[in-house]
Amino acid sequence: MNDRGYYGQFGGAYIPEILVATFDELTLAYESAKADPTFWQEFEELMRTYSCRPTPITFAENLTRHFGGAQIYIKREDLNHTGAHKVNNVMGQGLLIKRMGKSRVIAETGAGQHGVATATMAAKFGLECTIYMGEVDVARQRPNVFWMERLGADVVPVTHGSRTLKDAINEAFRDWVTNMDTTHYALGTVCGPHPFPAMVSWLQSIIGKEARAQMLERTNRLPHRVYACVGGGSNAMGIFSGFFEDEVELIGVEAGGRGIDSGAHAARLASKDASLGVAQGYKTFFLQDDDGQMRHTHSVAAGLDYVGVSPILSHLHEQGRVRFESATDREVVDALALTVRKEGLIPALESSHAFVQAFKEAPELSSDDILLINQSGRGDKDIFTVADAFGDPKWEQFIRDKAEQYNA
Amino acid sequence: MLEETIRAKMSQKDILLMTHIVIGYPSFDDSLRVVESMVEAGVDLMELQIPFSEPIADGPVILHANQQALAAGSTVERCMEFGEQVSKRFDIPFLVMTYYNILFKYGVGRFAERLSAAGLQGAIVPDLPPEEAETYLAAMKANSLAPIFIYSPNTRSERMKLIDEVAEGLIYCVARKGVTGADTSFSAEFGDYLSRCRAATKLPLALGFGVKNAEDVEFLRGQVEIAVIGTQSIRVLEDEGIGAIKGFIEGLR
Repeated sequence: MNDRGYYGQFGGAYIPEILVATFDELTLAYESAKADPTFWQEFEELMRTYSCRPTPITFAENLTRHFGGAQIYIKREDLNHTGAHKVNNVMGQGLLIKRMGKSRVIAETGAGQHGVATATMAAKFGLECTIYMGEVDVARQRPNVFWMERLGADVVPVTHGSRTLKDAINEAFRDWVTNMDTTHYALGTVCGPHPFPAMVSWLQSIIGKEARAQMLERTNRLPHRVYACVGGGSNAMGIFSGFFEDEVELIGVEAGGRGIDSGAHAARLASKDASLGVAQGYKTFFLQDDDGQMRHTHSVAAGLDYVGVSPILSHLHEQGRVRFESATDREVVDALALTVRKEGLIPALESSHAFVQAFKEAPELSSDDILLINQSGRGDKDIFTVADAFGDPKWEQFIRDKAEQYNA
Repeated sequence: MLEETIRAKMSQKDILLMTHIVIGYPSFDDSLRVVESMVEAGVDLMELQIPFSEPIADGPVILHANQQALAAGSTVERCMEFGEQVSKRFDIPFLVMTYYNILFKYGVGRFAERLSAAGLQGAIVPDLPPEEAETYLAAMKANSLAPIFIYSPNTRSERMKLIDEVAEGLIYCVARKGVTGADTSFSAEFGDYLSRCRAATKLPLALGFGVKNAEDVEFLRGQVEIAVIGTQSIRVLEDEGIGAIKGFIEGLR
């Protein structure tokens, strides 16, 4: 049997028969692109000229002074075009779509960043585009929905299940089993059936390759610890992959929601609430009940609000190579506020989870220690959620006035 | 055992009907009444779906039924009890249809033992390709249950043969691309597909996805052994009530 994408006991390809031929085609396209050095050159050139790569490393001087411990550096994936690391994967899959000769792309989105990136790629490459997005997420990420529609995508709100990311993935699969001849499903994270976890990790490894070289150039050594938030795990796999061979501690931070003990969270590996299962085409830890029904998850950050986690990260967790922590909604909003005020940076709510854990650990370390945080995306999209979390009366007034104008 | 039962029935009828219900939708009592009506109307085999929260191969009608059944308190254990109840009471083969996580969490070996003890005859697990099915196949074999696999129009002929090697009971042929519950146009290509299926396996063929009326069943007569009525009977249940099920099934052939 060919390689079915197992990482220890995790991964695999649990797909309906109707999609087997489509996955065979995709696996072939991925493997030949990976074996072809001109593909990566074309990818890097595209990212250089379209998306500001390489994204810089910023030394967070004020935060470093504030915590009085380790030096804090930030990898600036927020500076990508469309505002997050998602575009790395999407532009790479866009090049694969061109090679496969398909004319339509579909994608799921949680926070909307992957949806915006996919709609952007579709506009640039002249593809038809449909984005599936849980109804709950449509409501909390309206600015991204607005831009996806302006970019020409058809945004379909998913109204069943928990109406979040996992339901959007199911719906994208339902579209794909009908339209696979013309359509590629650009899965946005390192989850799902093989080859998606491997392929998306490979495309996101551009983050880690750059970060490692930049840290060496900047500080003459490697960071001691690298922090990334983990929803499905694509930004984490991206930056971690640069340091797998090094003595660098890797820390993934999951959504602690209202607290691990509350049950209202999305911590698959950092809590004891998840168990091994098979859903959405792969085997990993899922937040599910004893019957195997998926549970509702909660996070202030739509992009982390997901029941499963990358099979590769489950494996790295089991091997002890990556440490998993969680950050609560409240801690996240506080870390975001501090980062904005101290550094003038606006991390996305998702990325702010990584900041929380780095901030907890920085004071205990010495000034010789270096921490690197992946700022996977920018927080502008979260303005409605963040404004509510801050309870900003002027923002509220603005929304009321704006509504008045529409009512007039 | 399942295959022999099908062959025996074929000696009396030129096409068999297999129907599909979601256990516990809209309630367990109603599910029982639906099974009763279907058996009275002469259905030859039935698929009993154990609901799952993520039924990726199902379209909106069955998806909704899965969610409603779960919301109404359907559990795997209650579904097993239901399966046992109907297979004791009605003299037709009952099969379980569900997604792999249900088996995986229950314990694949234990699941097969339970099916066997309940008197069920086989299982259809649409998200479990043969390549991932080693444990499942061993458990099904140990309990003399039929692991039913699926052919689709884009399954290559060599792969059909590979699937045939592990499949028992019958082969479920998906009529077209897509999820359950959409329309199917039975075209000339369809004939080519069926002859590829026939060439790849000696097992009886069951044809599903989009079979919804007497005209469709008539078209399949002589081409496959079993016509599968899935989504349409749930639509009839929703639109016209349980009382309409018997007449609907009787009108199909």
